[in-house]
Formats: sequence, C-alpha cells, structure tokens
Amino acid sequence: MSTVLVLAERDASSGVVKKTTWELLTLARRLGEPAAVWFGDGAADAAATLGEYGATAVYAAEGADMSDHPVVPIVDVLAALVTEVDPAAVLVPSSADGKEAAGRLAVRIGSGVITDAVDIDASGVATQSVFGGSTVVHSKVTRGVPIYTVRPNSVAPESAPTTCDVKNVETSISDVAKTARVVERTVAAKGGRPELTEAAVVVSGGRGVGGADGFEVIEKLADSLGAAVGASRAATDAGWYPHQYQVGQTGKTVSPQLYIANGISGAIQHRAGMQTSKVVVVVNKDSEAPLFELADFGVVGDLFEVVPQLTDEIQSRSN
Amino acid sequence: MKIAVCVKQVPDTWAEKALSPDDSTLDRAAADGVLNELDEYAVEEALQIAEAHGGEVTVVSMGPERAAETVRKALSMGADAGIHIVDDALHGSDAIATSAVLSAALEGKGFDLIVFGSESTDARMSVVPAMVAERLGIAQVTFAQRVTVSGSDVTIERVTDYGFDTVSAAMPAVVSVVEKINEPRYPSFKGIMAAKKKPVETLSIVDLGLEAATVGQAAAWSAVEDFAARPPKPAGTIVADEGDGGSRIATYLTEQKFI
Repeated sequence: MSTVLVLAERDASSGVVKKTTWELLTLARRLGEPAAVWFGDGAADAAATLGEYGATAVYAAEGADMSDHPVVPIVDVLAALVTEVDPAAVLVPSSADGKEAAGRLAVRIGSGVITDAVDIDASGVATQSVFGGSTVVHSKVTRGVPIYTVRPNSVAPESAPTTCDVKNVETSISDVAKTARVVERTVAAKGGRPELTEAAVVVSGGRGVGGADGFEVIEKLADSLGAAVGASRAATDAGWYPHQYQVGQTGKTVSPQLYIANGISGAIQHRAGMQTSKVVVVVNKDSEAPLFELADFGVVGDLFEVVPQLTDEIQSRSN
Repeated sequence: MKIAVCVKQVPDTWAEKALSPDDSTLDRAAADGVLNELDEYAVEEALQIAEAHGGEVTVVSMGPERAAETVRKALSMGADAGIHIVDDALHGSDAIATSAVLSAALEGKGFDLIVFGSESTDARMSVVPAMVAERLGIAQVTFAQRVTVSGSDVTIERVTDYGFDTVSAAMPAVVSVVEKINEPRYPSFKGIMAAKKKPVETLSIVDLGLEAATVGQAAAWSAVEDFAARPPKPAGTIVADEGDGGSRIATYLTEQKFI
C-alpha cells in the first residue's frame, strides 16, 4: 500500500500531538498507509500517539534549523520525503503554516493542491465548503502527488493502533529557508481556553452583548462548557473583544460540534465563518435575526437573562 | 525603496457568491467587484512604509478588464503606479498559475518588498504569497500583524495560534498582512483625481514571456468535479424566553449529549 504523508502538529505549550493530527491520520488511512512527519524534539514520545491513530512510521526532523525558520523547512523536508517514499498524497493541517507549506510544496514538486478540505474519499476526491459554507464543492488534484490541507473538526478521529517506527530525516534545509529567521516566540495568555479554530464548542457574542463588560457572561458560559470564545465583527470592531477572536468572512472560520451565538444577528460576514458548525444554538432578542435560520435551537430573549441561567444549569447538571 | 503591492478584485464582501454552472469558476459578474478587503491593509501598509522610509509603491493586479477599477482604487489611496495583467487566457487560473503570472510580473524589477493581503475573501486559500516567495526564491515573512523596516531588514510579527512569532529577514522579501494591522485610508477627492493621471501598464501573458497553455482553467493542476448549493438546514426549534430560556437550552444540550 502506498504511503500517505501527514504533517503532524504539536500543541505549542504542552508539546503533545494535536487532535487535528488524529483527524488527518484518520483521513489518510482511506488513501493508503499513513506516515507522520514530526518537527522538533519528542518524536519518540509522539510515536505512541501517532501509532494509536494508524501511523506506521514517523519521520523525525529534529534540530534547531527546523524550528528557527518559518514554513520553508517543512517544505524542504516534505519535498525530500516525496522523492524518497513516492507517497499517494500529502495531508497537512489548514493552519497558517500548513497552508503556506502546502502551497510552496505544490510549486516545488509540480503538484496540485486543494486547501481547506473537509473530507477526502478513497479515490482522492476532496470536499470543500466554500463561500462561507453556502456551496459544497468536490474536486480532485489532476497533476502530481495530491496535496491537501484539511480543516480542523472535519472528521471524527478513529483509532487504529499499529506500531509506529521513528525514522530520522537527514535532510538539511535549503538556503532560501534561512532567509527568514524566527527571532522570538510570544505566547499570548489564553486563560486555558481551547484554540478557537479547533475547539469542539464555541460560544460567541455580538452586537447584542453591548460592550466589553458584557463578554463576561459569554466567557462564563464558554468556561462551563470548556469552549472557546468567539466574537462577531461588530463586537471586535467596537473594541469589545480582541480582534483575533473574530469569527467570519474576514476572521476565523470555525466548524465546531456546537456553536452558541449570543446577540449576533447573522449577517453573511458572520455566517461565512460558522455556517458548517454541526449544531447551532442562537440567543437573540430580535426574533427576525437571520441567524435563527441556521439555528437548531433558538431562544428569542435577552441574552443577559438567558445566558447566565444556561451557565448555572450546565454547572448544576454537570456536577 | 521599491515596494510592490499585489491586489485582487473580488466580489463585494457582503454579496452572496456563487460558482458559474458553465465552468465551475466564480461568477464574477453576479456581484460588484471591489478591492479585496484584506488587500486594503496591504496597500495601506505599503504606503506607510514608503512614507516613513521614502520610496515608490507599485500596485500589481491580475484580473479581467474591470479589475482596472481596483488598480485605480489603490492608486487613489496613494500608490504611484500600476501594473494590470489582463488576458482572456487567464480565466479559471488556479493559485499555481496565478503565482507564476505574478512572479513573472514582479521578477527583475528590483522590488525590496512585495506586499500582499493574507488572503482573498473569495478563494480564501492564503497560498499565493508563499508561492510567489517560493518562485522568486526570496524570504517569506507573512501573516504580519506588524511590519517594521530597519536598514536592509524587515521584521514582522507573524500571527500564530498561540500568539505571534517575531520573524526577521533581509530584503527583498514577500510580506503578507492580516486584517487590522492598520486603518486603511479612504481615497481623498484629490487622490481620486490624481489617480486618473498615474501610469498603469497593461500586460498580457505574452508580454510576461509566458505561454497561454500554462495558465487558465485547462492548465490548472486541480479540477472541480461537481458542486451544489448547501441544502438549506431544516428549521430548528425556536422558542420565546418566558423566564426559562436558559433551562430550555440546557435541556436541549443534554438531549444532544453536550452536557
């Protein structure tokens, strides 16, 4: 069976294999035999988790050169591995690094690339959800080794335990990789909440939250569910919540199992960023809010009454 | 300092977008074309760098005839000159071909910085800046929330999932900027009038030394098999809050096994 290369991701703070990697390995098994590619130290520890999800090998690219320069070392290593193992496909996560590495790799090895796949079938046909989720597209790479970037939460990880061998990558990085250098990494305080684009549950607030103070009730609800906090553009533009939490056309795209929108009317700008969420709950005092059209469950009411009550109920039911 | 800023004309951010049933490409006629919102930040950043360090800003755009409006928009914001690559053969080009065309237009012109928005609001791939850096063999400093030029170096804050990385490179370099890096200026009346007199070079594929067979839909390295509008969601349960709205959501979430 052909190898399928999977770019593994690690959590920036804990260093462990991310859930997105389990998802990629699950999809990769449909196309062939997954082999993970790991950057930095800790490959031997990661191998146990990677094997749990079906990776038969992990290519370990260790050394400072690999982490001191952005994106291009990933391309150098993947390009060398493509030559070495002649894979059936290359899967990378739809992160900033992942998408850029995929794009550069496509140019370098002369292959087509499909970004933001939400599914890939055994014949290599990818499903994409475009234009803010309003259109579902099936497409296929027609030249070279297909390269896919896969969105978080696209598939439920399924375990398929196997033995995962660690193989050291001998590739040295290119001169062009060395043209840019990471001088410093700054880790922003996240208050222990999950990463917005990868979270299973997202709780967000919009214009109806009324001000920065109002986000306290949104955060409390989020914390009761172990959720990430999002915001509509109206809320971030008003300075009520930091811009990097904006969900929408010009912000983050999320596709969680559960999305709870509070005081968000649902202009296309916002729907474009959350339309593919599996279950949508909407709280808004305006019964005409367009977001109710996407709601699986909606409450027409004042979020400052509904949300605290919900938070209390969740806390008492969870105990 | 010579700065290029690459911009794209896209359907209005607020418009519903659709693929054309004829060839599965974006139906650009269905909505007004605007300067890609994220590219406005790129133009503003290029102008600010040129204002602070001296230099000239050239707008580069690949797109159909009417994308000339988008080049003019950037000129009216204050860019000095434009390059518009327009050719019927380009219709349906993928990101691979787009990056080849832009690279051909940029190469050998002595640009110190090539600035992009981090993505277009229509295709949303975020790959073209990286592809152009790959083709030109120059540094890539992308997803910047801050750009600082000092001497022959450019240093940026690259937005990451966990915060940001400070990344430094010697110019020439490809930069892409994220939303809100700055406040894009509105074109003034004077700027709009001045833009009409600024030079815009219109180039075809042949002018760039490329062959028509290497661009456009037929040459794309991926292809759409089929597409469909997402089926409308079945109507959900909407209730009015009668003092028990929060509890009712909790009950629903329990049924759905989220609690």
